[in-house]
Amino acid sequence: MSARGDDAAPLGGASGAGLPASDAPPSPAARADGDALVRVRNLVKHFPLTRGIIMQKKIGAVHAVDGVDFDIQRGETLGLVGETGCGKSTTARLIMRLLDATAGEIRFDGQDITHLKGAKLKAMRRELQMIFQDPYSSLNPRKTIGSIIAEPFAIHGLEEGKVVRRRAVQNLMELVGLNPEHYNRYPHEFSGGQRQRIGVARALALKPKLLIADEPVSALDVSIRAQVLNLLRDMQREFGLTLVFIAHDLSVVQHMCDRVAVMYLGKIVEIGPGESIYGFPRHPYTGALMAAVPVPDPSRHGGARRLLTGDVPSPANPPSACRFHTRCEKAQPLCSQEEPPLEDKGTGGLAACHYPLSREELVAMGVRSAG
Amino acid sequence: MTRYIIRRLLWGVVLLIIVVALLFVMFRVLPTADPAKLRAGRLQSPKIIAEIRHTYGLDKSLAAQFWLYLKNLILHFDLGFSFYSGAPVKELIFNRLPPTLSLVMGGAIVWVVTGVGVGIVSARRAGSRLDRASMGSALVLVSAPEYWLGLIILYVFASDIGQVRIFPGAGSYAGLTSEPVKWFESLILPWLVVAAGTAAIYARLIRGSLIETMGEDYIRTARAKGLSERRVVLRHGLRSAINPIVTILGLDIGVLLGSSVLVETVFNIPGIGRLNYTAITHADFPIVEGTVLVAALFIIVANIIVDIAYAFLDPRVRYS
Amino acid sequence: MSTAEALLRVEDLRVEFFTEDGVVHAVDGISYEVDRGRTLGIVGESGSGKTVSSLTTLGLTRSQGARVSGRILFEGRDLVALSEAELRAIRGNDIAMIFQDPLSSLHPFFKVGVQLIEALRVHRDISKAQARARAVELLELVGIPDPASRVDAYPHEFSGGMRQRAMIAMALSNEPKLLIADEPTTALDVTVQAQILALLERLQRELGMAIVMITHDLGVVAEMADDIAVMYAGRIVERASAANLFDGPEHPYTWGLLKSIPALGRSREEDLVPIPGMPPSLIQRPSGCHFHPRCPYAQPSHAQIDPQLDPVADRPGHHVACLLEVDTRRRLWAQLRAGQLPEQALAAVGVPPEQEPV
Repeated sequence: MSARGDDAAPLGGASGAGLPASDAPPSPAARADGDALVRVRNLVKHFPLTRGIIMQKKIGAVHAVDGVDFDIQRGETLGLVGETGCGKSTTARLIMRLLDATAGEIRFDGQDITHLKGAKLKAMRRELQMIFQDPYSSLNPRKTIGSIIAEPFAIHGLEEGKVVRRRAVQNLMELVGLNPEHYNRYPHEFSGGQRQRIGVARALALKPKLLIADEPVSALDVSIRAQVLNLLRDMQREFGLTLVFIAHDLSVVQHMCDRVAVMYLGKIVEIGPGESIYGFPRHPYTGALMAAVPVPDPSRHGGARRLLTGDVPSPANPPSACRFHTRCEKAQPLCSQEEPPLEDKGTGGLAACHYPLSREELVAMGVRSAG
Repeated sequence: MTRYIIRRLLWGVVLLIIVVALLFVMFRVLPTADPAKLRAGRLQSPKIIAEIRHTYGLDKSLAAQFWLYLKNLILHFDLGFSFYSGAPVKELIFNRLPPTLSLVMGGAIVWVVTGVGVGIVSARRAGSRLDRASMGSALVLVSAPEYWLGLIILYVFASDIGQVRIFPGAGSYAGLTSEPVKWFESLILPWLVVAAGTAAIYARLIRGSLIETMGEDYIRTARAKGLSERRVVLRHGLRSAINPIVTILGLDIGVLLGSSVLVETVFNIPGIGRLNYTAITHADFPIVEGTVLVAALFIIVANIIVDIAYAFLDPRVRYS
Repeated sequence: MSTAEALLRVEDLRVEFFTEDGVVHAVDGISYEVDRGRTLGIVGESGSGKTVSSLTTLGLTRSQGARVSGRILFEGRDLVALSEAELRAIRGNDIAMIFQDPLSSLHPFFKVGVQLIEALRVHRDISKAQARARAVELLELVGIPDPASRVDAYPHEFSGGMRQRAMIAMALSNEPKLLIADEPTTALDVTVQAQILALLERLQRELGMAIVMITHDLGVVAEMADDIAVMYAGRIVERASAANLFDGPEHPYTWGLLKSIPALGRSREEDLVPIPGMPPSLIQRPSGCHFHPRCPYAQPSHAQIDPQLDPVADRPGHHVACLLEVDTRRRLWAQLRAGQLPEQALAAVGVPPEQEPV
């Protein structure tokens, strides 16, 4: 049951294909000291729970994000995965400054943006853009596509002049694969996939440094998903974008991301290059997630695999020390007494676990890519 | 839940005191006819007026007057005396309460039953001729003023002046305990008039709300269980569709208890509304003040009941 | 698939809805069968007709004014021809159904136990107390902890996974012979999805019921199904055993689906190959093969000829509705499987320019 610290090299996880090293520096994944675009340190977000209507009394807090550290390198794609309520979307909104952090620090491009206000915040927002899950509700149905995509220009007073702005918008439309002649159409005239393209065009209008995509394909039909995923990948290559990709679908994240952070109940439990996370996950929760993904291969049908039991505990009252200990098969008394630090487990990534998984255990859990 | 109810009740008391203060200011401070002069009638000598002022405490400071009024109100539910007849307002109101309660409660039963019934039928046959006819008549009824409807219905059905003399007409009210049959007969026409407009509103509300509910996923589940369509509609559909009705039912009853002036006047029912109406024509402010206060009390209590009922009806909205 | 008496046998089912914009051909002549104790997976995107066909099996599209033709034989009885009362006796009794979103599928104002008791008492003459005891048993069967007290909880007091378990318990109340599961795990997290799929498998083993599993997720059908039907624009375009379908898919749409999803363990360098365009309108459908406007291998004649769902020569039980030659299809798939893009595959295989359309 001990940690197998000798598995130093990241395992080529992806069905034997020789993967070239990713662009991200091979330094410990969470705290790269080099050229990080975003640095998040001890980020905390608690949503207060109140009782009473007139005189509200605080009776507790939902620990949505509870002390999270990570860096986002320039030009990389960082995946945030985890189940409903793990804090991945809250983390994204904190970085976007759509929510104010309870504690901690967010640095963007060297600048502390945790408490920016007013004009400085507005200027900073140009560099950060977001696309959302639901391409239906995130576009104003009364505005033409042209004016929706031009919104960022209008807000920041760019591309002034009717003709100039129109040309800029049409260039963007062409870039994301929309017909520029559809400039004057309304959102309802477009399909789900096309609407997501509109969202991408709007987000790219200001040439942001960081793009956060929150479940960008989960509302789309299967045959359309690949179109949008490919578009995001192309755009990233073309603009050298830094991308944060939030999804609950582990296979999509594997496809899209250089590095992956796995969250559970407001904490990062494992973070590292995709190859190491998917090739040899060390945290039992990561292993359980992988084991749960249905694989389009019926030869696996009926194969044994270990499933997590029970539900995720309430984030208003998270378990002590290691938050996963209530559902972890490997849990020992130590796990409920001492919180495991996020540290190098010898596979190129960091995991927060006192008793990380061995390869034999992974195979026994039914995680295929480890085999 | 208990805490929530207690808080709602306390809030209701605060609201009532605010209403009392407002009424007090309206009737004592704002320029109206001088009550002492009214009381004096034709004997308008300054001495008599001053005497009257003294007897009714009108010569004290406003604050003292208000304090006295509030104290009497809370300790004895004492609303003062009628300027006109000198009778205690409290007694007048209590005497007039049963007819008004009979009118409003009976009317409420009529409008809920017909409104919900018509609404269900309309919703289940949306777009049919029956649906369009019901919704058309509902529109007419909503727009018809009560006094107009009252007069028309008297003209058609009243046993004294009607074309088809079936039901007792105006002024035939009798007490429930003394003559129950006559009580019932005399209230049939007023009930219909009181209920008409509200029933029409309820029918439209239920129709819309039921059509929406019948598209919900859980209705599909209920059908997939093999339930009869009747049970699907009446148990699963109506249970959700009825919620908005409950919300407004309490308010409608509360409002009507305090404002049944028109119907009571048309049908000559000796209720609070008519008491109020007569008092206004006599500038009998203590009575007006008392009836308005009682009306406010009804509305506030109805509101509290609705809020609590809502929490019971929708388990997702249980207040802590 | 056995040719003996199948539990459910659908023959040339068509479902049409009349709307202001025109006739919606939601289901357009599909046939399949499900044997006792087996699982059929129906795969398709939104608007492919997979949900409508299953709702129709229970007669639940009748109230929406659907026009249904064809036959749905359940234990030899044609459900299409049954009266509403006869169908009601089957719904929730011999055939039960669970849905995508367990929160909206349970009545928010009734306790879970009350809803279970109702499902039991519709079809069985038992007392409330007996039904309640049975409800607790059912909740225990589907793995809800502390069922004796949870039976009095409201749906909103359950987690997403527990709600779907409660839905399953309700569906199982009368020990159905067939369970139709419409996207039962789409609204759930991946670890919960795995729990629910495992639960369904266990219950199928214990109770011997047949399952029709409707999903858009190829991973889910691969885990669950014995046989798979792929639907596109109201039709079944391919039908095969699960092993055959994933090993040697014959229809270009199936290829497209398989190549457009990222799968765990697949190389990141392998690009996803999207299916171009978007699913067609069901009111004005493309002529000929409905898939031809999006098919990279379509020939001019495919816009005129309507392909039938025909057996594949050397693979028993494998059916496909495609106008390409078997040999061409096999070679195309071999190229695609090796990682070639559709145009590369086409060039390598060299589909012969076809003769003038007949």
